[in-house]
Amino acid sequence: MSRIGVFVCHCGENISATVNCEKVAKITGELKGVEFATDYKYMCSDPGQTLLKEAIKEHKLDGVVVAACSPRMHEPTFRKACAEAGLNPFLCEMSNIREHCSWVHPKDDLTTEKAQDLVRVMVEKVKKNKALNSIKVPVTKTALVVGGGIAGIQAALDIANCGHKVVMVERQPSIGGHMSQLSETFPTLDCSQCILTPRMVEVAQHPNITLYTYAEVESVDGFIGNFTVKIRKKSKSLDEHICTGCGLCTTKCPQKKIPNEFERGLGFRPAIYVPFPQAVPNKPVIDRENCTYYIKGKCKVCEIVCPVKAIRFDQEDEIIEVPVGAIVMATGFDVLKPDFFPEYGYGKYKDVIDGLAFERLASASGPTQGEIRRPSDGQVPKKIVFVACAGSRDPAKGIEYCSKICCMYTAKHAMLYKHKVHDGTPYVFYMDIRAGGKNYEEFVRRAIVEDETHYIRGRISTIYEKNGKLIVKGADTLMGAMPIEIEADMVVLATAGVANHGAEELAQTVHISYDPYKFFAEAHPKLKPVETNTAGIFLAGACQAPKDIPESVAAASGAAVKVASLFSKSELTRDPLVAVVNRQPAPVYSQCVGCFLCQSVCPYQAIEREEIKNRNGEVIKTLARVNEGLCQGCGTCVALCRTKAIDIHGYSNQQVYTEVMALLND
Amino acid sequence: MQEFEPKIVAFVCNWCTYAGADLTGTSRIKYSANVKIIRFPCTGRIDFMILMKAFENGADGIIVSGCHPNDCHYSTGNFHARRRWIVFRNLLNFTGIETERIQFSWVSAAEGFKWADVVNNTVKKIKEMGPNENYKKIAVSTLFNEEEIINE
Repeated sequence: MSRIGVFVCHCGENISATVNCEKVAKITGELKGVEFATDYKYMCSDPGQTLLKEAIKEHKLDGVVVAACSPRMHEPTFRKACAEAGLNPFLCEMSNIREHCSWVHPKDDLTTEKAQDLVRVMVEKVKKNKALNSIKVPVTKTALVVGGGIAGIQAALDIANCGHKVVMVERQPSIGGHMSQLSETFPTLDCSQCILTPRMVEVAQHPNITLYTYAEVESVDGFIGNFTVKIRKKSKSLDEHICTGCGLCTTKCPQKKIPNEFERGLGFRPAIYVPFPQAVPNKPVIDRENCTYYIKGKCKVCEIVCPVKAIRFDQEDEIIEVPVGAIVMATGFDVLKPDFFPEYGYGKYKDVIDGLAFERLASASGPTQGEIRRPSDGQVPKKIVFVACAGSRDPAKGIEYCSKICCMYTAKHAMLYKHKVHDGTPYVFYMDIRAGGKNYEEFVRRAIVEDETHYIRGRISTIYEKNGKLIVKGADTLMGAMPIEIEADMVVLATAGVANHGAEELAQTVHISYDPYKFFAEAHPKLKPVETNTAGIFLAGACQAPKDIPESVAAASGAAVKVASLFSKSELTRDPLVAVVNRQPAPVYSQCVGCFLCQSVCPYQAIEREEIKNRNGEVIKTLARVNEGLCQGCGTCVALCRTKAIDIHGYSNQQVYTEVMALLND
Repeated sequence: MQEFEPKIVAFVCNWCTYAGADLTGTSRIKYSANVKIIRFPCTGRIDFMILMKAFENGADGIIVSGCHPNDCHYSTGNFHARRRWIVFRNLLNFTGIETERIQFSWVSAAEGFKWADVVNNTVKKIKEMGPNENYKKIAVSTLFNEEEIINE
């Protein structure tokens, strides 16, 4: 027999103006199992809560219904009060007789009757409530950062500086990402390398950071606080611990004509190489696809010249396993492939290049030592056309979004060009100039006014070569779509930023969701911008959407704070309103028949397989089991279960059926 | 003769429609008192057998409402509910219960006005349809075994 207490709140006059609160308390006090019922002016006030606590103790209540405002407002308040009085907080329920009753109905008997109905429903529900304890999950205080660009670097340093261990995985032989390829950065024209490389070195030297370059995430298992990550360390074909990074092997390698990815194909590199001079770690790797030894079976020049004998031709990929508590995804972006632009001649004409290649041309450490020279013949271009929105905002190319960074870097390119080639003429074809950001609009204005860049609002129809010049045909839409033809020496396309290659597979490996463009999806576009739908996995930088450097850094620091707050306690506490699979004594074990439909609908991968074995170790039944650390309590599995084997605390089948019956039968 | 006052049960999700109904209250928008809300974590949690249970216990109409597609707090729960509703509607047609007695809708946490509209329109429609006598003719007690669940 239950001993339930009902407390009806007047909420000043908010409820009592239309609902007869005394009558509600009197009538519901006569319900079976109700031990005590009263009404009070303000239940949420201090004296109101004291009234509640004293009633729990005096009448030895085993369930409480507070009829007041929305549970979305004060459920935590009253549950806390119950806990302070020694009653399990999950034995307290609220009836919403303010937002759902007194405020929306006129003062009459029907309104009071509705309030009674709502209270009765909760009285019957609370009879079926179970005392629950918060779920505690241990936390491994090590974070995995995937990707070593500026976002990954920032996140790793922030987490490591909070005193937590960080494991960083980078796919390339060096960290640094796209930012290491840039010449100068908008809107201050800082040298990109100068601000980035100290950070890269800090990562390599930080006592809390373990860095794995030339490595990829192989698999992720587990859940928030308790992930197990397998990392594939690709063979570098040399012993990193012995190698001193002297670089002799890279100068002696006979294979020297491999297009350099870091220089966007504008330069060459050997088969054993360091991607760029400031690489971290500054140790070479052998590119097995292009190495003469791996192709023809003989050469080994690097092994012969190596003064410390660090080359290991027979080295194999190594798989290591690390336990981590949180994951930050910072895998960055990529730029559109050339085959998207047949009309612009990208890939066909050497002097049509993309923005990243122009960065390398303008970079002091680039293939031309910072002189702007066109790739075809090394001449200094006197007329140069920059094309904004090359792919972006173009439904025909399948990219409907704005890549956000191109307007700014195009203005920067025009400026850099003008600073280096004083008698040159830069043209920019644009759709709109989107320069939202601190000092951004002023920067574009400077490019137009001080550096005399010709901004032409219009798109380009075609580019073709004629007598060593690139003929650019377009229209000026601010001049009544007047056709324009420019004989340019070079064309730079501001190609759209797209999801990094392999982003989709990686998202599936780590179990996070992604959008139609394969960018990783945040849990909420406004209020949870760095969280993913998978608890314990966070996003930083351009893997989420195109972002500039300040935004990537801000997001990375945001993700780092999320990780640090997760690591601030040794145990996670969660509401126990999660699904549970029923268990019964042998030989039934459970109503669950192991169809795993629940697994197929769970958005959180919270359903696991559990094998029941007999004494001989043979599997006699396979059941579903809910991982309490992952379950968010949506209950989709419950509605789907054929055998009603799975149920959810707080909204159990018993509870909801009771509610419906109590509501309809007075 | 006294006017027919239908009993209508609303099954709503906690994150969108429940909050939307809270907003209706906060905005003091009036609606009919015939509708009473039962809160679920997500429309995906709503086992449609409970709709049958509501009819069995004398409900004249039912509202099922949750987050708009793509807005689900749990990513995909409302899609499951929508799919389930399509199948369930066919089942209702087969058994001869009027599907018009069930109103399926999306009401977000910002749509206080819409919730009042959904409620008032449903009440108006059910009043026109009259009491749910049809169900009582069709209902066969052996169809339902939820009492067993309750009395466990």
